Amino acid sequence: QVEQVKLLDRFSTSNKSLTGTLYLTATHLLFIDSSQRETWILHHHIAAVEKLPLTTSGCPLVIQCKNFRIVHFVVPRERDCHDIYNSLLQLSRTAKYEELYAFSYNPKQNESEQVKGWQLIDLAEEYKRMGVPNAYWQLSDANRDYKICETYPRELYVPRTASKPIIVGSSKFRSKGRFPVLSYYHKNKEAAICRCSQPLSGFSARCLEDEHMLQAISKANPSNRYMYVMDTRPKLNAMANRAAGKGYENEDNYSNIRFQFVGIENIHVMRSSLQKLLEVSGTRGLSVNDFLSGLENSGWLRHVKAVLDAAVFLAKAIAVESASVLVHCSDGWDRTSQVCSLGALLLDSYYRTIKGFMVLIEKDWISFGHKFSDRCCQLDGDPKEISPVFTQFLESVWNLTEQFPQAFEYNEAFLLQIHEHVHSCQFGNFLGNCQKEREELKLKEKTYSLWPFLLAEQKKYQNPLYNPDFSPELTLLEPNTVSFNFKFWRNMYHQFDRSMHPRQSMFNLIMNTSEQNKQLEEDIKELEAKIKERNGQSDVVLVKEQEQTAHPTPMALKTPPCFQKEQPPMPLNDAVRTIEGSNTADNRYSELVSEFSKAEPAVVSLEYGVARMTC
Amino acid sequence: MEFAELIKTPRADNVVLHRPFHPAVEGTLCLTGHHLIFSSRRQDNAEELWLLHSNIDSIEKRFVGSLGTIVIKCKDLRIIQLDIPGMEECLNIASSIEALSTLDSVTLMYPFFYRPMFEVLEDGWSSFLLEQEFELLSSVTNEWRLSCVNKEFSVCPSYPPVVIVPKCIDDEALRKVALFRHGGRFPVLSYYHKKNGMAMMRSSQPLTGTNGRRCKEDEKLINATLRSGRRGFVIDTRPLNVAQQARAKGGGFEQEVHYPQWRRIHKYIERFNILQESFIKLVEACNDQSHNMDRWLSKLEASNWLTHIKELLTAACLAAQCIDREGASVLVHGSEGTDSTLQVTSLAQIILDPRCRTIRGFEALLVREWLQAGHPFQQRCAQSAYSNSKQKWEAPVFLLFLECVWQIHRQFPCSFEFNEQFLILLFEHAYASQFGTFLGNNENERAKLKLPQKTMSLWSWVNRPEELSRFQNPLYEANSLVIWPSVAPQSLQLWEGVFLRWNRPSKFLEEAEEERINIIRYNKELQAKVNTLRRQLAEMETDEEVQ
Repeated sequence: QVEQVKLLDRFSTSNKSLTGTLYLTATHLLFIDSSQRETWILHHHIAAVEKLPLTTSGCPLVIQCKNFRIVHFVVPRERDCHDIYNSLLQLSRTAKYEELYAFSYNPKQNESEQVKGWQLIDLAEEYKRMGVPNAYWQLSDANRDYKICETYPRELYVPRTASKPIIVGSSKFRSKGRFPVLSYYHKNKEAAICRCSQPLSGFSARCLEDEHMLQAISKANPSNRYMYVMDTRPKLNAMANRAAGKGYENEDNYSNIRFQFVGIENIHVMRSSLQKLLEVSGTRGLSVNDFLSGLENSGWLRHVKAVLDAAVFLAKAIAVESASVLVHCSDGWDRTSQVCSLGALLLDSYYRTIKGFMVLIEKDWISFGHKFSDRCCQLDGDPKEISPVFTQFLESVWNLTEQFPQAFEYNEAFLLQIHEHVHSCQFGNFLGNCQKEREELKLKEKTYSLWPFLLAEQKKYQNPLYNPDFSPELTLLEPNTVSFNFKFWRNMYHQFDRSMHPRQSMFNLIMNTSEQNKQLEEDIKELEAKIKERNGQSDVVLVKEQEQTAHPTPMALKTPPCFQKEQPPMPLNDAVRTIEGSNTADNRYSELVSEFSKAEPAVVSLEYGVARMTC
Repeated sequence: MEFAELIKTPRADNVVLHRPFHPAVEGTLCLTGHHLIFSSRRQDNAEELWLLHSNIDSIEKRFVGSLGTIVIKCKDLRIIQLDIPGMEECLNIASSIEALSTLDSVTLMYPFFYRPMFEVLEDGWSSFLLEQEFELLSSVTNEWRLSCVNKEFSVCPSYPPVVIVPKCIDDEALRKVALFRHGGRFPVLSYYHKKNGMAMMRSSQPLTGTNGRRCKEDEKLINATLRSGRRGFVIDTRPLNVAQQARAKGGGFEQEVHYPQWRRIHKYIERFNILQESFIKLVEACNDQSHNMDRWLSKLEASNWLTHIKELLTAACLAAQCIDREGASVLVHGSEGTDSTLQVTSLAQIILDPRCRTIRGFEALLVREWLQAGHPFQQRCAQSAYSNSKQKWEAPVFLLFLECVWQIHRQFPCSFEFNEQFLILLFEHAYASQFGTFLGNNENERAKLKLPQKTMSLWSWVNRPEELSRFQNPLYEANSLVIWPSVAPQSLQLWEGVFLRWNRPSKFLEEAEEERINIIRYNKELQAKVNTLRRQLAEMETDEEVQ
């Protein structure tokens, strides 16, 4: 605990600051300012801690979080600062999975609730929904014991004609054994999205089993003879891989394939791209042109566009040409996951529902072995493995929600909350790099699943504009991917920089109004029932009693909820606070609303200072 | 009728109309004196397109065999293409359009011919009189007076006949001050901040020249707005060096020695001709669908448009801050005081004054701060982003202001009584209209053209209840606050409603907007119903008690 710590606003030029007390708990860093407002930061969210040179007011400490929050403290005494710095370094770096928050997090659920929570998303059920197994596709038990591919799930769907020797042979010819398997089946078009890793073709190697495997996929689609093979890498990268004995499919060796590069850059490019973007957006007193050229130089929006373009290509191949598509990159767990999941999202409106989106993430990201642990740096590991691949996926989805405001059941808050928990290590879903690892960690016994918690509060994540009839079950969503449609995602990258947000949130207003409408509908029913009752009955005393209990609720509705001030959580004892704190991110949207109910905004983000200089 | 001479081919059949994101339609093209009319004869989906000739910014023609193609680029940024069979017809039509869209006489413009099909409930020409404004003002302060010194437009040709000035300054002094200010634009009241009695004035640059000429009356005039012992701010919309250079041409700025109680702030806002270039570049960038991401972003950057937006908003916030936070009076001017000055003073009022965020209040603001204040609409809006005649008077000064209002609107979507459509409407009508409101460059010219007698005012039409309902913002909840927008680049956005309007399918966005309105409307219905039911129940209760 350190007192008299100052929290500086990241963008304000006026050096305005909040003074308060900093606490370190086992799981969180907590700052309480003089007006008792609390800022909670989960240790796992801390990406970097930096001590800046001593100033007259104290020792500055900058903490960068994985959810793009940046806090700037000034600690009066250097020794305290040094202590905090060291503690945070230790606390934010975890060496073992068992030390992660998820293993100590206790949401007060009993065991059966825990088990049920994990059963909420059932992938077998999902494949059934898609329409497999069927005459062409079957469940293969080849990987039941993770013998063929360690990073794949146990249950895999393959063409019926792909026998075990073909599977085994093909997997030996694919990087990390990730042979072609079903990711999504489009029942109307009878076409499939399959995924795998790059072939070990080198300059000339070929593998008959692998060729058979692709042919089997092709034949499993009765409506089209040819199939696409999408290599999501830039051609140059794929060619370079040949020197290492890897590479891409030679069209001459595979019958009836159409081979296509789509040019999404690798994880290292994406990491440095986001890094550049954050550097630019974090600049104080940024000019428009520096922002735009920084945005351009970072390449971030270009990459997002490339991912979405690839997904559109994939979805069109299926929906328009009824052709099956095999997608791969190098190892088939980053770009492949992005493209397969986005493609399916464009094809199938189920994935645009709250539950469906959870299923999609479980399927294409978690079960197929996107390396969440490495990519999100859950454990202290190789910094070169870190990459915002999943963030980029969420951003692509956000772009779609912007273009199709009525097509998605979930809202931006849902995407942000998922992003929050991918890094929080509070729930078991995203721990580890693949299913095998998760089983070894016994996550289902020792930790909780995120999904039931999100479902329980799904009101917050519902898009009030959602129209289930917007697109019938299997109609293609065709986004416009002309460059000007892609925007900087302010609410992601400046989620915590409130001075940049609109002071009145249209989104919140609509959310609340639509919520209030439901309440009003019920009130009307209730009132009508009462009037009816009165007309029928004459027992005055009874009705009066009912009335006293019923009245207070509707009365509260009189003030429009959009301008109601959000009550800060009551300071309770420390134990309860920790649990509440873990969810502080939940009310970020309502916090925004309360901003405007104050007579004057807390922060005026203008560069008056600059203007004055020229006096 | 002289228009007939210009129309050699009044009608062409089998013309095909191409618009982005619409299927091509075949139909008949007709030219009248003021309109290009296209009507499709397809019975299942009869369509008519009426385009004012004055809305046409540029026209290109090309031929493939005997099939001619005309590409029409409009001032509202829309681009349409017409395929016209027959070379002669096509040439005739193209030359007619060219002639009709570039009539040089104002009195031949459509507003002089337009006969409204609606009943005029309120004559917009007299809806917003400065006298009414002054009445409101006199209810809170008696420090100001109405002056008719400019009755004959002789003191300042670009000012209206009446202006509001400090009470202690007589007309004689005003005449002297007018001689000391560029174009005679002496300091007048632009806005009075009731909350603290501070005033915002506007003028043009003082004519100090190289030898530092001074004018005691000018000093007295602006000092009259200061409380004793308090300082005021002069916001000069030019950078210091430009202001200094202006002295060589007889212009200049308020020097500290003569204006010791005033602090000068130079907040640079680009001059109008730079804005025009920026506008053209932005529209070019938005119209090219083939740009890859890097090219799009660098084009957007190179246009500098959003930089201008940010600078302007910052300047307006600065003026508002001086008044509201510093409790100081402010004088705003640039060189002529007809462009950037008006942008700043009107935006500052949007920020400070809740009344300007209502529909009527906003209209009054436009009349007061733009039309009466002498923004040369006719010069500035003669051509839009597609013009290739490099006239040096054109500039999107007003559009830039509207976009800034839109940016604030986006950040405070519940604080404005009007919606985005209203701003777009104003943009369209400033460039081409059946109404006379935006004709002429100042009140003097409007009076000479007898616009109030000969043309219809935009306000007469737009303020009719049935029109007004289209421009109301369902989210509006009046609030009396000063609204401070964020001017961080991350908070600013391209005004898609104007610049991407014709470049992308907007069906889904429009439907979503409709849904938003429905939710709000439904909420109001439900609340009304709950209230009725509750009242009904209460009545039943009292009845029972009486029994």
